Amino acid sequence: MPDPKTLFDKVWDAHVVRSETADTPGVLYIDLHLVHEVTSPQAFSEIEARGLKVRRPDRTYATLDHSTPTLPAGLNGLKPYVTAQAEAQVHRLEKNCAAHGVPLAGWGSEDRGVVHVMGPELGLTQPGMTVVCGDSHTATHGAFGALAFGIGTSEVGHVLATQCLLQRKAKAMRVTVDGRLQPGVSGKDVALAVIAAIGFGGGTGYVIEYAGEAVRSLDMEGRMTLCNMSIEAGARAGMIAPDQTTIDWLRGRKHVPADYEAATAEWLKLATDPGASFDKEVVIDGAAIRPMATWGTTPDAGAPIGTPVPQPQSDSDRKAIAYMGFTAGEATTSQPVDVVFIGSCTNGRLPDLRAAAEVLRGRKVKPGLRMLVVPGSEAVRRDAEAEGLHEVFIAAGAEWRIPGCSMCIAMNGDFVAPGQLAVSTSNRNFEGRQGKDARTILASPATAAATAVAGVLTDPRVYLREATALKQSSAARETVGAQNV
Amino acid sequence: MSEPFQVLTSRTVTLSQANIDTDQIIPARFLTTTSREGLGKAAFYDWRYETDGSEKPEAILNRIDPAEHRILLAGKNFACGSSREHAPWALYDYGFRAVISTEIADIFTSNALKNGLLPIVVSQNVWDDLASQPDQPVTIDLQASQIRRGNAQPVSFTVESFARECLLNGVDTLGWLQSNLPEIEAYERSRETV
Repeated sequence: MPDPKTLFDKVWDAHVVRSETADTPGVLYIDLHLVHEVTSPQAFSEIEARGLKVRRPDRTYATLDHSTPTLPAGLNGLKPYVTAQAEAQVHRLEKNCAAHGVPLAGWGSEDRGVVHVMGPELGLTQPGMTVVCGDSHTATHGAFGALAFGIGTSEVGHVLATQCLLQRKAKAMRVTVDGRLQPGVSGKDVALAVIAAIGFGGGTGYVIEYAGEAVRSLDMEGRMTLCNMSIEAGARAGMIAPDQTTIDWLRGRKHVPADYEAATAEWLKLATDPGASFDKEVVIDGAAIRPMATWGTTPDAGAPIGTPVPQPQSDSDRKAIAYMGFTAGEATTSQPVDVVFIGSCTNGRLPDLRAAAEVLRGRKVKPGLRMLVVPGSEAVRRDAEAEGLHEVFIAAGAEWRIPGCSMCIAMNGDFVAPGQLAVSTSNRNFEGRQGKDARTILASPATAAATAVAGVLTDPRVYLREATALKQSSAARETVGAQNV
Repeated sequence: MSEPFQVLTSRTVTLSQANIDTDQIIPARFLTTTSREGLGKAAFYDWRYETDGSEKPEAILNRIDPAEHRILLAGKNFACGSSREHAPWALYDYGFRAVISTEIADIFTSNALKNGLLPIVVSQNVWDDLASQPDQPVTIDLQASQIRRGNAQPVSFTVESFARECLLNGVDTLGWLQSNLPEIEAYERSRETV
């Protein structure tokens, strides 16, 4: 019997071009290289200075998302870029892709989207692949059982030139979330609970595999949200073994293998073997997870909504609580919220928008509160509009925008003003992340929507229970009506 | 490009806060550049400048001479968050050549090593000791993999062996990777025939 292997071992081993030694790292082959405008220009310059071309443009795929405006072109036909430099950066990627034959889902493409939303929905991301991108949220693609991680711009150049990276194998951690998730608890809440348990740097040096009943019960979008935030625990990658949910989700997508059934048979073999060992194991009770929100300026500073802000354990905690304008011992649910943002590679997918719309339907955004809804891709936008979700958002008083990273990274002109408090479905609550001196609470789409209605951080289950009760009573009426006929 | 790193003797500057993320090191609004040059001004921008662009006189990074403070002594889990290589570019351009912390994020470590900025992880005791004497110069000897200061016992550190070799001798990492092209092509052929 061969030694039992983890999912990570299996994907890693299949991509080793040259094994690592004491003196040199291994050479790891990369199946899919996703590229965006912000972290690639210097890499293209580097390979061009060496007279090199992109070695495998067929394994490279680019999009525009970070610097792009989310408002449409004005009457003059010009897109409202935040600066000329942002526009120049976008044009630079357009030029680089044309010069090197790299496919680009650019302006006008129906495939354009936030890179980690777009890759999976086009079926570019597949189980068992190695996927990299100059972006720390590349871990998202691990939801499909791919080994996916963020790299710096020098390494973007390495992959452009050789389709390989120099890597030493990371340690393996398994995070098992057991039990059944409660209604109203989403993948985002699981992610925030996991990060709170591991700690902000707790995953440094590891690749995480997520397992357990609660993880299996998540849809692919929930799994992507969970893997997406692995970096917020310090782990470069998070992975989930492919199963029927994975296979059903990918079926029929643009770039999946022609012989789909043969491919899926291989994908199902990727699961961690019984008895395989991990360097670290963490077990979390999924049934105990409640809707979560952060109180500090690191993603691990999260707690169930309504929990008092903890007493500071360090100067860093004190600084974080002061920056947020909170008080230790008091809940964060009384502070007026100025901005609600729904979107990003963490929570900009169709089920995220549905969850928010379910709360908002028939309700209004609190007067004075600004709510921005930014679909994660053109496909998400099309699907949401086909369902009429945009009408729910607009009727409630929210802004419905063009796909992009938008207020998650706040480099395209969408930002939270100094001092304002935002509840955001994005991934980072760092000081100034959503704008200079902006204050960020991270939460799920349902929580963000409930907050937009109430004007203060709100557990969405209040509204979801109302919605469920309403559905049940109308279903009961219909039944009664049917009997009367 | 950065120069080979062998021995560095310099004073340190301490930023003791834990979890200094790369958004602090260089805010996202500076990432629309297409160059890797000249980002020193943007290093810790929001810590150093007011909204109107005026200097914050109390900010430590505005009070020191970067040429005399090449070593950043940073709190735990330094440079976490975004993978932006603009972070080591900005720190290097500001003047730093080494960062010492008790924990440094993975992607930043990889990025820094490719840009002549040496990330060193030390124990809390060593960190506390270095922080307690900010004015005494510290010597980082990469060949010996030691930190030395005054008459104190030298402290050993480890850096990934290949990255260390590249730093010491100015090895071109991409060039080395390219020397593996025959193996890379063989790997591709072996997969296509499966």
